[in-house]
Amino acid sequence: MSAWAYSVYILSMSIRHGLLALLERGPRYGSQLRTEFESRTGSTWPLNVGQVYTTLSRLERDGMVTQDGEDEAGHALYSITDSGREELRSWFEKPVDRTSPARDELAIKLAMAVGAPGVDIRAVIQSQRHHTVKAMQDYTRLKVQALAALESGPSRERDDVAWLLVLEQLIFQTEAEARWLDHCESRLIRLSTAVGENRPAPTAAAPVQTVGPTPLH
Amino acid sequence: MSTQQPVLRLQNLTRVHGSGATEVHALRGIDLDVFPGELVAVMGPSGSGKSTLLTIAGGLDTPTSGRVIVENTDITTADRKALAALRRRSIGYVFQDYNLIPALTAAENVALPRELDGTSARKARGEALAALQEMDLGHLADRFPDEMSGGQQQRVAIARALVGDRRLVLADEPTGALDSETGESVLALLRSRCDAGAAGVLVTHEPRFAAWADRVVFLRDGAVVDQTARSEADSLLSGQAAER
Repeated sequence: MSAWAYSVYILSMSIRHGLLALLERGPRYGSQLRTEFESRTGSTWPLNVGQVYTTLSRLERDGMVTQDGEDEAGHALYSITDSGREELRSWFEKPVDRTSPARDELAIKLAMAVGAPGVDIRAVIQSQRHHTVKAMQDYTRLKVQALAALESGPSRERDDVAWLLVLEQLIFQTEAEARWLDHCESRLIRLSTAVGENRPAPTAAAPVQTVGPTPLH
Repeated sequence: MSTQQPVLRLQNLTRVHGSGATEVHALRGIDLDVFPGELVAVMGPSGSGKSTLLTIAGGLDTPTSGRVIVENTDITTADRKALAALRRRSIGYVFQDYNLIPALTAAENVALPRELDGTSARKARGEALAALQEMDLGHLADRFPDEMSGGQQQRVAIARALVGDRRLVLADEPTGALDSETGESVLALLRSRCDAGAAGVLVTHEPRFAAWADRVVFLRDGAVVDQTARSEADSLLSGQAAER
């Protein structure tokens, strides 16, 4: 499987298991599942109703859900089966695979920027850092709101807690990226300083201007 | 926001250490305005000039050229007495290592700048207690620094920085000595003081803490290379950004 097909597969698998997890709490209809999925995850990964029904029909084909009558409004209700429960349990038990890394555009971009003619890699790094820190600011504001909602809410609503966890994951991810960018920059400066000491005309890790042997961490 | 006067204005600020061959340009022409209600984070690698910027903004060091205007007073031209008064009345400073006076309780620490400024001890104590209460720190009033955790001491230091009419708080790596959860509670307090109308400048190398600011300024080699602007967070997760 190509990396791209693999990441599409992973995404569809997580929707599949997400729906099973919601169905374990009782029968539900399609657009209800979509609403609940999104409120757990703060619409971070929006679903369209078509995706929900496609996934449900595949789950039905695989014997993990069954159609189970209608509610008063005439919505077709779906229920989880025993084999669906089995599948869900094994999903929670198994760690998410991290040994085949998803394709990361930023890593590819920086890899290509090293030594690329006419590309100021520090400018590439700074423009990404700007964007990443900005996203962190936004996530942090949402987190402050989510915390306030949890503190003032009458009960610690399950969806609010779930949303907070998702937001914090986004903050951790962007933080890791920002730190990695800092690291890349200081690594490149250190390398170019070392190259500069050995060779008068550095060509690697190209146009790093205004750089002295400043200590960086 | 733009209709308000900035609490802090830095204009074409430069700072050169040493001279001749050993000359170091710590700051090269910095311009920065900080408005009431705004928390600005300054980020950059060590040696980029961020701490120099903060010490000059606080009147603890003087620039080689340029102006530092705090609450409409240019502190680079003020005489020593006026500068000292301005530092007592307008500027609060928060350091990495808390800098509370060990022999004084939390309330006495917070009251100190007001007493130094001539407020009666009784009134100063009242103001200190009010400041502590407002920041949910009232229960710490009679504790000595060594009876408080690092996070509690740092929050008391923020109360001290903003007691009375002061509304400029300059924080130099205030979370540097704290674990990340405690650091977060310090940032939450700083954020809420700015939401209540103070102006804050936060120097940090931690992106996670900088992310609490309204604006993040990136410093490199003594100059501002870039800065982020505040945006509407709520639109963030509903558009294409969610598909990133």
